[in-house]
Amino acid sequence: MAFLTIQILNSLLYASVLFLIAAGLSLIFGVMRIINLAHGSLYAVGAYVTAWLVGRGIALGLPSGWLFLLLPFGALSVALIGIVIEPLLLRPFYRRAEEYQLLVTFGLIQILEDSIRLIWGGTPLSADALMDALPIIHVGGLLYPAYNLVVIGIGVVAALALWVAIYHTKFGVMLRATSQDRRMASALGLNVGLVYVMAFGIGCFMAGLGGAIVVPTQAAVLGMGIDALVIAFVVVVIGGLGSLKGALVGALVVSFVRTAGIQFFPELELAVLYLIAALVLLVRPTGLFGTA
Amino acid sequence: MKPDPNTPRNRSLLRLAAAMAPILLLLILLPTFVETYQIQLVTYGLIAAIAALGFNLLLGYTGLLSFGHSAYFGIGAYTVAFVVQHLGPHSMEFYILIGIPVVAIVSALFGYICVRHTRIFFGILTLAISQVVYSLVLKLYWVTGGSDGLRVPRPALLLGLLNFSGPRAFQQFITSYYYYVLAIFVVCVVLMWVVVHSPFGKALQAIRDNEVRARFLGLSIRRFRWISFLVSGTFTGLAGILWVPLNGLTTPDVLYWTFSGEIVFSALLGGFRNFTGPIVGGIVFTYLKTYAVATTEYWQLLLGVVLVTLVLVLPTGIVGGLSMLGLRLSKGRS
Repeated sequence: MAFLTIQILNSLLYASVLFLIAAGLSLIFGVMRIINLAHGSLYAVGAYVTAWLVGRGIALGLPSGWLFLLLPFGALSVALIGIVIEPLLLRPFYRRAEEYQLLVTFGLIQILEDSIRLIWGGTPLSADALMDALPIIHVGGLLYPAYNLVVIGIGVVAALALWVAIYHTKFGVMLRATSQDRRMASALGLNVGLVYVMAFGIGCFMAGLGGAIVVPTQAAVLGMGIDALVIAFVVVVIGGLGSLKGALVGALVVSFVRTAGIQFFPELELAVLYLIAALVLLVRPTGLFGTA
Repeated sequence: MKPDPNTPRNRSLLRLAAAMAPILLLLILLPTFVETYQIQLVTYGLIAAIAALGFNLLLGYTGLLSFGHSAYFGIGAYTVAFVVQHLGPHSMEFYILIGIPVVAIVSALFGYICVRHTRIFFGILTLAISQVVYSLVLKLYWVTGGSDGLRVPRPALLLGLLNFSGPRAFQQFITSYYYYVLAIFVVCVVLMWVVVHSPFGKALQAIRDNEVRARFLGLSIRRFRWISFLVSGTFTGLAGILWVPLNGLTTPDVLYWTFSGEIVFSALLGGFRNFTGPIVGGIVFTYLKTYAVATTEYWQLLLGVVLVTLVLVLPTGIVGGLSMLGLRLSKGRS
């Protein structure tokens, strides 16, 4: 029973991180109709920046409780990168065929991945001081790090905050209006360019936050972004691109399948995920909750 | 019936032949004045060109962007490796004879699923399916060697007529293999040219340009796309088959989706709106990558910058840019 609880907690932990990545990807697609292939790499940047900041913090002798305050900065730095990238690199492509959008973001992956290697080198960067700062708790006789519960909590809070922001604020109305009809929104006096920058920034912030909260549980390594992107694809394909609910359900499905897969069929775990994605695409091309 | 040399089709065939003849002559004479390493590099380039040529039937002529062509390249390569391991005869013709039906069947199967969608969903579906293949090859290590991959020794060429052993075996193999690949390359170019200029190819372009109108004309859209996918995957698979004896080893890297990205990159670099674009792109990309890897540890960064600049500044690729330049020059003269 305790074992099952741990597995469920692990699934929820993974789902939180996946939701953050996939929701950002989905939000960007929903508003701007582009698939940002570099999204996973932005998540990796969030992880690296956070791990680096934590390392600096420890070197400066910050007490471990204070280190938690560094987590948002990892996410914010990624949002900043997004705010620079969108007008500079993506804006020229909205009117052009989507092949070009995919290609430019593919180029961005290569740039970001190698920039990470250039800045932080090839050795994994760890921030497990944060994990050690919190106690280990007992779950029915088994040990479980309390930090993982914090991650799950952040995932829940992020999901709620995003939901409130999109469906219950004025900005959310602007966002949805732009998403439904860009030209009409523009004609009604909305600053579409600003909405785009904001949406892209928020999407990147979510990816960065995902990286920031995951890095204390597992070190930041090269290639983590590319792996994350492909899994995030599976999430949004299952849930439906451009749907917040879809990202949530997709993240839960993927994380539970994956946790069970690692336990029971480790060789086929990834293949099963992609197969689920392919099946969903065949039966319901727009995903379970998608409208695109 | 005698072919009429004045139909537009035959005229453009003549133009293609006229343009290709000097290049072909240069390629034939190449081994006499460059060293083995350069020959090897050109061979890699020709193979990349075949892969991009196949890929472009989908992107340039059918209007479908596949982000999963690594699957067909990799399946070609792994088929050869399996044949080496389990069936024995080290003959290149045997590899091709077994390999082509395998990649054709796999392309037909995957294509049947993928052509149900277009645009972005087609891209994601092809990517997802190629990742299924990748993760299976990576995880089923007792069959595939996992991330270590599988070794493929130098095969005999031309039904065992050419065997390679002794002190200069490597040089001899590279030179012979270069001609071998060159011959197949020429066959592929001619075949692809015939395909895109056939009524079938014209139908693909009609579907690409206006799907609704093409449907009104009574074209069975999905079937045309499916056959296009099948041909495209088979060409790219053939490139994989030819690549593996040259490389001597196949690893899951050639199945990973970033490798699909490199194929897309090649086609775009040359220009996917031209027939010759992907050929030029495949060869130039091979050199570009080799050069970048040799110059800097951060070659991906360099390639990424090139790609982004290219998409921003020269979206029609090298061939498109050159032909535009030529057009402007000839206009200026008259």
